[in-house]
Amino acid sequence: MSGGREIALPNGTPEPAPGMPAGDRRSRLLGGGRRSTWVAVASTVIFFTVAGFLIANSSGWPEVRRSFFDGEEFAYAFPEILEKFGRNVFIFTVAEILVLFMALFIAVLRSLTGPVFAPLRIMAAAYTDLFRGVPTVLVIALLGYGMPALQLRGLPDSDLFWAIIALTLVYSAYVAEVYRAGIESIHPSQVAAARSLGLTRGQSLRHVVIPQAVRRVIPPLLNDFIGLQKDSALIAFLGYTEALLRAQIIQAQDFNFTPYVALAVIYIAITIPQARFVDWLIARERTKRQGGGGL
Amino acid sequence: MTEAIRIAGLRKSFGALEVLRGIDLVVDDHEVVCLIGASGSGKSTLLRCIDLLEPVDAGRIWIEGDEVTAAGVDENAVRRRIGIVFQAFNLFPHMTVMRNVTLAQEKALGRSSPAARTKATELLGRFGLADKADDYPDRLSGGQQQRVAIARALAMDPDVMLLDEVTSALDPVLVAEVLDAIRELASAGMTMVIATHEMGFARDVAHRVAFLDEGRILEEGRPEQMFSEPREEPTRRFLDRIIAAGRM
Repeated sequence: MSGGREIALPNGTPEPAPGMPAGDRRSRLLGGGRRSTWVAVASTVIFFTVAGFLIANSSGWPEVRRSFFDGEEFAYAFPEILEKFGRNVFIFTVAEILVLFMALFIAVLRSLTGPVFAPLRIMAAAYTDLFRGVPTVLVIALLGYGMPALQLRGLPDSDLFWAIIALTLVYSAYVAEVYRAGIESIHPSQVAAARSLGLTRGQSLRHVVIPQAVRRVIPPLLNDFIGLQKDSALIAFLGYTEALLRAQIIQAQDFNFTPYVALAVIYIAITIPQARFVDWLIARERTKRQGGGGL
Repeated sequence: MTEAIRIAGLRKSFGALEVLRGIDLVVDDHEVVCLIGASGSGKSTLLRCIDLLEPVDAGRIWIEGDEVTAAGVDENAVRRRIGIVFQAFNLFPHMTVMRNVTLAQEKALGRSSPAARTKATELLGRFGLADKADDYPDRLSGGQQQRVAIARALAMDPDVMLLDEVTSALDPVLVAEVLDAIRELASAGMTMVIATHEMGFARDVAHRVAFLDEGRILEEGRPEQMFSEPREEPTRRFLDRIIAAGRM
């Protein structure tokens, strides 16, 4: 029976026979099952060998290699760019910490119930709509160029300061929505239990709702942080010498695009582990749910 | 004062659905009143209204002589005096059993952490949960979770306890351990209002049984009278159905 079904399936990955545990999720990328793993490995190797061969033998390849994958240029540019990438790390780390608190504050405002809180709810909703609707680079330009131009006393005029504020404002809007989804996913019976013990609305939120909500939203929250880390490159737009601007300067000096590739390598090296970590968290959460403990 | 709870003319609707249509009920101190009636007859809503978890539409409620439905009453203070236990336990899953029982003692009553722990340890021991203090709720059986919920409510030293079908979500084999805990409370003199489908239990623990039908208390009386010679026809039909279902 199940053999017939395997052949009938069009997409090549045989469906596990009914009643068989889905099991072994180690290589989801390659598809499940021992035999299909071998098929997947073989087809992958053949595909990439052929593709590599075709690319390397195409007429433009030597040109491409010279301008994007120049070993000498890479060896020179990489440490230079990595050094400035430290500034990006500083920017996104500070912004992430600020976002964690600001977004939670906005999410709480937005989930307040009761007619009295209508103005706060409206303000929070307007905030998220506004900053999710405007391109990040535009917010950075507005604050980074605009605020110092006001020349108001007491207002910082550092690019770095306003860039961090801009990223915080934009990403707080996204993360606030993530938090809000988490808060709304907590069953009302939890609030009823907390209130029935005489805890105030605020205490119920603080001790019962938010701790559970935050745990649930960690994976999507980390996804937003990966986006924030990548967007730290937008600060180059203000002429602040972080990694992207440094790469651009080297590129302009040497007429070679390898520095950009070097920066891409750095980004990939930090974002891919985080993306895998998020996947792992989600998978762990799923098995936990399936493994009972149904509250 | 010997009246623990007085309810007069209580009404509650959800949209067009009128769930409570004028409830009058008095519960004396140390009295155990069981609410019986079909699902949807208003038992849960009545308990939730007494704990001010649902705003009432009309009618008044007094707890130990203080009107709690009056304007300007501190609802949190009222809820501290009333313990409620829910059908689905509603323990806080992200906290240990100990923390479940100490949280409100500290935050709502302002007890010190050691005092709250002492109280919690005593209550958990009383309900046979001494070795579960550091576990998380999802490690416990339903019966154990429900006993933790009872301990959590009792830790606030409430004047009255409201129990809302506390055994309905349990495996049959786990029902007895929870009912035993409630019997123990009753014999200790706790004032309780218990919504239940366990008629045998209602018969031996209740001082008085009230039958709810379509949002009204149709009939109330001593358990032996209610179960053997109910006066009203709907009560008789309800009890016949319960007997037919083998639950009495």
